[in-house]
Amino acid sequence: MLRTLLSEDFPRSRALTAVVLLIVVGLALAPFAFPGIRSLNTAATICIFIVLVASYDLLLGYTGIVSFAHTMFFGIGAYGVALALKAFPASWGAVALGAGAGLVLAMALALVIGLFALRVQAIFFAMVTLAVASAFLILASQLSGITGGEDGLTYRVPRELSPAFKLISAKVMDVRVDGRVVSYYLIFGSALALVLGLLRVVNSPFGRVLQAIRENEFRAEAIGYRTAFYRTAATCLSAGAAALAGVLMALWTKYTGPDTTLSLSIMIDILLMVVIGGMGTIYGAVVGATLFVLAKNYLQVLMASAAETTAGVPLLSELVSPDRWLLWLGILFVLSVYFFPAGIVGRLRGRV
Amino acid sequence: MTDRTSDTASAIPAPPLAERLKAQAPYWTVPALAVLGLVLIADVSTWGTLTLAGLAMGMLIFIMASGLTLVFGLMDVLNFGHGAFISIGAFVGATVLLALGAWTGSDSLALNLGAVLLAIVAAMLATGGLGWFFERVIVKPVYGAHLKQILVTMGGLIVAEELIHLIWGPNQIPLPRPEVLKGSWVVGDVIVEKYRVLAVVLGAAIFVGLRWALVHTKLGLLIRAGVENGEMVEALGYRVRRLFVLVFVAGSALAGLGGVMWGLYDEIITAQMGLNILVLVFIVVIIGGLGSVEGCFIGALLVGLMANYTGFLAPKVALGSNILLMVVILMWRPRGLLPAGKG
Amino acid sequence: MADLLRLEGVHTHIGQYHILQGVDLVVPEGELTMLLGRNGAGKTTTLRTVMGMWRASAGELGFAGTDLKPLATPDIARLGVGYVPENMGVFAALTVRENMILAARDGAMDEGRLDWIFSLFPALKKFWGLPAGNLSGGQKQMLSIARAMIEPRRLILIDEPSKGLAPAIVDALIEAMRELKRTATTILMVEQNFRMAQALGDGVAVMDDGRVVHAGRMADLAADPDLQARLLGLSLGAHQ
Repeated sequence: MLRTLLSEDFPRSRALTAVVLLIVVGLALAPFAFPGIRSLNTAATICIFIVLVASYDLLLGYTGIVSFAHTMFFGIGAYGVALALKAFPASWGAVALGAGAGLVLAMALALVIGLFALRVQAIFFAMVTLAVASAFLILASQLSGITGGEDGLTYRVPRELSPAFKLISAKVMDVRVDGRVVSYYLIFGSALALVLGLLRVVNSPFGRVLQAIRENEFRAEAIGYRTAFYRTAATCLSAGAAALAGVLMALWTKYTGPDTTLSLSIMIDILLMVVIGGMGTIYGAVVGATLFVLAKNYLQVLMASAAETTAGVPLLSELVSPDRWLLWLGILFVLSVYFFPAGIVGRLRGRV
Repeated sequence: MTDRTSDTASAIPAPPLAERLKAQAPYWTVPALAVLGLVLIADVSTWGTLTLAGLAMGMLIFIMASGLTLVFGLMDVLNFGHGAFISIGAFVGATVLLALGAWTGSDSLALNLGAVLLAIVAAMLATGGLGWFFERVIVKPVYGAHLKQILVTMGGLIVAEELIHLIWGPNQIPLPRPEVLKGSWVVGDVIVEKYRVLAVVLGAAIFVGLRWALVHTKLGLLIRAGVENGEMVEALGYRVRRLFVLVFVAGSALAGLGGVMWGLYDEIITAQMGLNILVLVFIVVIIGGLGSVEGCFIGALLVGLMANYTGFLAPKVALGSNILLMVVILMWRPRGLLPAGKG
Repeated sequence: MADLLRLEGVHTHIGQYHILQGVDLVVPEGELTMLLGRNGAGKTTTLRTVMGMWRASAGELGFAGTDLKPLATPDIARLGVGYVPENMGVFAALTVRENMILAARDGAMDEGRLDWIFSLFPALKKFWGLPAGNLSGGQKQMLSIARAMIEPRRLILIDEPSKGLAPAIVDALIEAMRELKRTATTILMVEQNFRMAQALGDGVAVMDDGRVVHAGRMADLAADPDLQARLLGLSLGAHQ
């Protein structure tokens, strides 16, 4: 049964299996194993980013397409739900409406972009997606009447997801099973389902054609695959999954704004996660996202104390200051591309 | 059989009129857009101000984009790090300008321009050197691998931005223009900002200079040939790799120059400015056609005009309008207005 | 007659494809050697390997005593090797004059040689200041060959010059090649047009499946229709 679940795509390495297992179990038990708002928040963020990065891996790692518009789809999903919950009373119907609208819009936009990419050189595509994503970001910030502008939107979520709701009146393992916990398991379950779904896609015949196109587009075309169709389909699927990640994000944080969904820095973070984790593996997204979010939340604390202790030494203190964490990540990123193109997953599997 | 005194022009049939018009069409896009702007804006003096602003902005973008288009046309390298050169150029130039406060504060045109010149030279040296380092260390190992290039140069951009934060701090730095360059002249009803005039003059000079170098020097000849077919140039005995390093360094230096000028244009500099401008630079390079300095020039003017016209008519969609422009042009000419490269 | 170019057991891999599987070829100095064979036999790959565009993975590759294998294309060109590629490699955006300037490398073009080239290819003089992209296919081919001729070269590699050209143009090419031969330049030419091959070749080598399967004198091959049929699947009269 595990075989079908994982679509026959096993970690293929003891070390990796251990790591992935650790992550999955940790996330599954998070509300109980790591009680507290902060840790639960970290866990939920990890789940959401795993989906977001995995959907990007489908595009980058498996199909070989570099796009900078991924956060745009993420944002569309999030804003879809946010706008629905703002306009209508907080109900599951509204959530479904918002999520559905976001999903459809994201996939439609992906279709347009995909078709447009056929008319131009492949190398233009990356630049065009950067421009489009920037424009979308500015648009969202400017249409403050609808989108809340720079400040974003806050809204109520359905009762079952709010902290006031009690699923089980008694405490389980000393933790109150309230709406927040329910919310978390919704996120966790959805994320799990989406990742397994992506595994299914990349291991299907469709997925193999994508990989063939990535390796050698001419050859794939010559064998008879209409690469245009496959690339567009991959773009749409990837966008759809990203939009769904956005939906989860909107439900968890009860706030949607340009800085949490559309910003370029999130796009850069996604790139970092997918490359450091390991492109073209899906597991890379799991490992990369976990590492990244944990580091962002907890490493910075470490760096802050390191900066304090080295306060005497001028340059050193500056270098380990938590504000510099992106510097080190950037260097790690560049080094990974050169020396560990297969990322952490590749390393664990014994290939560089 | 051979008539060596024959008149060459009359012996060759001229291409049909339709073909000639088609070939010249790209050059007419700039006047066409200007006319469209006039129609939509209706007020001549406002249009005049906006057009000058658009031309000035376009010139500055051209300065920064010209290097990128040659680098890509010549060696197929997509360098996101170009944004870092813009930012770093701006910061280095700003440091020099602020240090020369006495010069920029005086009323002497010579001292003012001297300060700007020194700032530009410093910026170009810094970014040129950085460009050399970038090419040798970061870009060279990933030749031919587009995906890795994009990732690696993006990474370089991130690191460079962080280094700016490290050296100059996390805040924006205001950059006031030198005294003599502040303010504007009023010609009729049109407001002519003095600094914008400088930008236009500088941009035009660089365009003319680049074009002259490309057409009248052996080096320029090699670059133009290399953009078309680098392999054949090598087969004729030239070391194209060295040529590429030169173009990369020159392009980076131009980016630095553009960064300083842009900083003075906006009167403020931030570490992210490079990435933000890079989006416009990409649009310009795509519109113009990869590898073409002329196309880049036209594209930059179009983008500059478009940004200023829509900034006045419908400010919220300013960036979107440039993307629309790009899409329209690509639908018309999928490889850009005047593509120079490999077919 | 010394061997100017010598290939022994040369293998070339392109990606995962093993194209040249042990090529043995000698090109005597001062002669025109024809390299024949059907499509996909590896003829172009052989030329490109000599020119350094593909790395030979094994074997010996010697030019006048120098080992070519570790050298980069520009360095091989500087040894005096000229290359006229299959797609002509003409710079369309540059004028005919500019194309020629590039080929002359170190300085001005030699007036005498230029006149000689104009006498062979008058169209080049006609289009001197115009973009090379305006030239017809045959004229582009002439330009490509002219580039190889503007400087004295020790060896010229020419890849299918008659490809896609009308018979009348091919005749003009043959004339020009005969002129070039009179200067005792060593030439290695790939051709599918047997008429041209027979008219110009001194020596001949036939390739199949990445190897040279026959080497000898062109005159002998031309006189032996059975051999032609065996090697090339055709006979002299049938192929135009």
